[in-house]
Amino acid sequence: MQSMITVKSDSEFLSEAVFDHFLTRHSELPQWLVKLKQQNWVDYLALPAPSRKMETWRFANVKGLGVDTFRLAQPLAVEEGQSLIERSNRLKNTSGKLIFGNDDLLAEEELSEDLKAKGVIFEPLERAFAQHSEILEEFFMAQESALGSEKFAALHTALNRNGTLLFVPENVEIDLPLVSYHWAQGSESAVFPHTLVIAKDNSKVTFVDVYGAHEKDSSQLACGVSTLYAGPGAQVEYHYLQNWNEASLSFNQLTTIAQRDSNIRAFGLNIGSKHARNEGHTIIDGPGSNAELFSLTVAHKDQEIDQRTLQSHNAANARSNLLFKNALQDTSKTIFSGLIKVAEEAQQTDAYQTNRNLLLSPLAEANSLPGLEILANDVKCSHGAATGQIDDNELFYLLSRGISKPAAQILLVFAFFEEILEKMENEELAEFHRELIHQKLENN
Amino acid sequence: MSTETAINIDREKGNFSYDTQYEYDAGIGLNEGVVNYIADVKSEPDWVRKFRLKALKVFWSKPMPTHWATKDLENIHFDKFRYYLSKGQQPSRSWDDVPADVKETFERLGIPEQERAFLAGVEAQFDSEAAYSNMKEELSKEGVIFVGSTEGLKEHPEIFRKYFGKVIPIGDNKFSALNSAVFSGGSFIYVPPGVKVKQPLQAYFRINAENFAQFERTLIIADEGAEVTYMEGCTAPKFETTTLHSAVVELVALKGAKIQYITVQNWSANVFNLVTKRGLAGEDSEIKWIDCNIGSRLTMKYPGVILKGRRARGEVISIALAGDGQHQDTGAKMIHAADETTSNIIAKSISVGQGRSTYRGQVYIPKHLKGCRNNTECDALLINSNSRTDTYPAITVRGNNNSVQHEASVSKVSAEQIFYLMQRGLSEGEAMSLTVNGFINDLVKQFPMEYSVELKRLIDLEMEGSVG
Repeated sequence: MQSMITVKSDSEFLSEAVFDHFLTRHSELPQWLVKLKQQNWVDYLALPAPSRKMETWRFANVKGLGVDTFRLAQPLAVEEGQSLIERSNRLKNTSGKLIFGNDDLLAEEELSEDLKAKGVIFEPLERAFAQHSEILEEFFMAQESALGSEKFAALHTALNRNGTLLFVPENVEIDLPLVSYHWAQGSESAVFPHTLVIAKDNSKVTFVDVYGAHEKDSSQLACGVSTLYAGPGAQVEYHYLQNWNEASLSFNQLTTIAQRDSNIRAFGLNIGSKHARNEGHTIIDGPGSNAELFSLTVAHKDQEIDQRTLQSHNAANARSNLLFKNALQDTSKTIFSGLIKVAEEAQQTDAYQTNRNLLLSPLAEANSLPGLEILANDVKCSHGAATGQIDDNELFYLLSRGISKPAAQILLVFAFFEEILEKMENEELAEFHRELIHQKLENN
Repeated sequence: MSTETAINIDREKGNFSYDTQYEYDAGIGLNEGVVNYIADVKSEPDWVRKFRLKALKVFWSKPMPTHWATKDLENIHFDKFRYYLSKGQQPSRSWDDVPADVKETFERLGIPEQERAFLAGVEAQFDSEAAYSNMKEELSKEGVIFVGSTEGLKEHPEIFRKYFGKVIPIGDNKFSALNSAVFSGGSFIYVPPGVKVKQPLQAYFRINAENFAQFERTLIIADEGAEVTYMEGCTAPKFETTTLHSAVVELVALKGAKIQYITVQNWSANVFNLVTKRGLAGEDSEIKWIDCNIGSRLTMKYPGVILKGRRARGEVISIALAGDGQHQDTGAKMIHAADETTSNIIAKSISVGQGRSTYRGQVYIPKHLKGCRNNTECDALLINSNSRTDTYPAITVRGNNNSVQHEASVSKVSAEQIFYLMQRGLSEGEAMSLTVNGFINDLVKQFPMEYSVELKRLIDLEMEGSVG
């Protein structure tokens, strides 16, 4: 305990010594996990740093990706924790809530007795590693990175200590969303949020991750991994609201596994981070499944939002549809690199991928790499990418109705985003997305 | 049952070779000696020799691009090729002067008839050097230059040196460096201001010797307001060992000029065809690449246009047909570098059997540019269940009032389409050919008549055997 109040020592920087330090501090972790962490720490040190020569990092500014200057996040002061708990109440109608600050659990709203009785598990990992070790041993970090961030996945595995385990047993349907807030605080702090959602056969659940910072301007590192398992017939909706502060570097890898007849809807929102790298791998493993993947990004100033996706169709008769929309202001930069891979046996696949970029400034840069690799012949696959500006006629129409130019621009950005926002069935969640977008556009 | 032989007949059109006595032979393998030998044989000026030697170093220093391209490139063994073979240094101006065996080769491929029929000029390259080169007299009177690269650099340095290696620098990629070190043959064309060459100029490339690697170099300059159409065709016999063809083609269209470059590539399936092609388009000019790839084991070719002058226009029309054992890795590059430039890419590919076709594209619009437009469409047709197609475009857009759109689709020939045609009395094979020809019909129409007829027939033959 005394280490928490001492001056931060060198051993807390993300250099070679930090891992031993981390292990001694967390002696409570189960043995299988310690082993896994040790292996991953070795891998992390051995794996090469991203370089522009790597296809998976094409167009990215890799210079800003060094993590050595960050250190393990420290526990929050009581009043800081209190203010963050107060800020974690945007969603009122939820079935459960976890609030993390610097990877410590700050507060929680437990599941109803009814859901507990049905066998639903909704626990912070710090408890779940002890209480549900058998589930985690099977599912924790069981999916490999496929899109270039192997090194950051290894770093995450080695230094992660908290996050969410959500387990929904067969035939259990949860109507209201469950939500986890992840906050980062302090200069050069590193956090490693984790999400693991396991939805068993014919279950139904909506889960929301909200990421944010305690203060506006201190630089933080967020290195997260999320994995969603949709069992046969399961319906899983996932929201990812990334609002780290604009001095921060964030990585997130989302892997989704869709089994037979499952239905997945994922919504991403990118507002924060100086440099965000998101990787989304959707694995279609069962016939009859359907994945809808959406993302909205508002980038301004010198933000770089780098998103890479892979839709792997390994089973026949399945469908996936991806739509990523970016609005770019100032000198911001976005990268969308998507790939649809259809395996030889995945006949009758319907797979689509669309990227749309709205350039609101002549200095913004939108990169688009929509790719296809098709090994089956009886498929319907298409991709499209388009980049353009606000239509002058539309703007003129609004101006002629007495609306100011900035207000008209905001309206038109919302018109551009509406195609995705209207797909959210939960009104409160849709409003949450809208609010974050609005705040950002107003502040510019 | 006749389909098998039918396919073979056509694919085999170029499959014959002659034992030829070469007067000049740089031996097997690649080293500075080979490069010096080529420069000596051609008695080239010193700056060309230096250019070659520098390029060789660049070639050695560059890694194979297998981090993005196919691993099949590792099967190229540079030390097993012969880099220079020729029977003589001066191309014949009269068909009668061409050596008998070379003449027979080209007559079997139909070169002199084609010239008589409709070409304004023709050059036929046999291994390293042009064996025959001729152009209609009126054109030379108007000042059009149509010669081989050796002749061009020697006799017209004031025209060609300015642009030689400027559109595609030595270090552009590993294979452009290799070509720069050992290039021989290819065409140098200059069209003076305002001259519009109505009939196409044509070059024919032929690899005759086993293990021979061909590195032709072409530079076409269309001066202000000039217009020219150039066509090239390629064949090689089927040897057991692999062969490399690595060309560099540079086009320069000055203000208001138009260049159209048509390729029908039908190398045999032992050829690695790794080609760099790029045009530089000045103000109000237009460069159009029409590219059709049917042959080779692996083709990697992404014709590009640098749109350097205001209102310049670039276009790539591409057809690829990948059969068993073939990989057609083709695409296009459009680099916008001036306001109000427009570009258009339409690529269609057909994969048959275990064939693989890949589209790679790059569209780049930097900041500070206004009113640029790009349209890209790529469509792939997969015939058999084990056929494969990939699409990897890269699009970067900045600047003011620029717009791009990219669309790609993958489909197969639907059972309904075939059923409809069959119940109208066509056989399954005919129905398949008709549907596939329909898929590329709008592009085929852009080829000169002789080529589009040939192309249609080739597809008919490929499709007949593919049903089932």
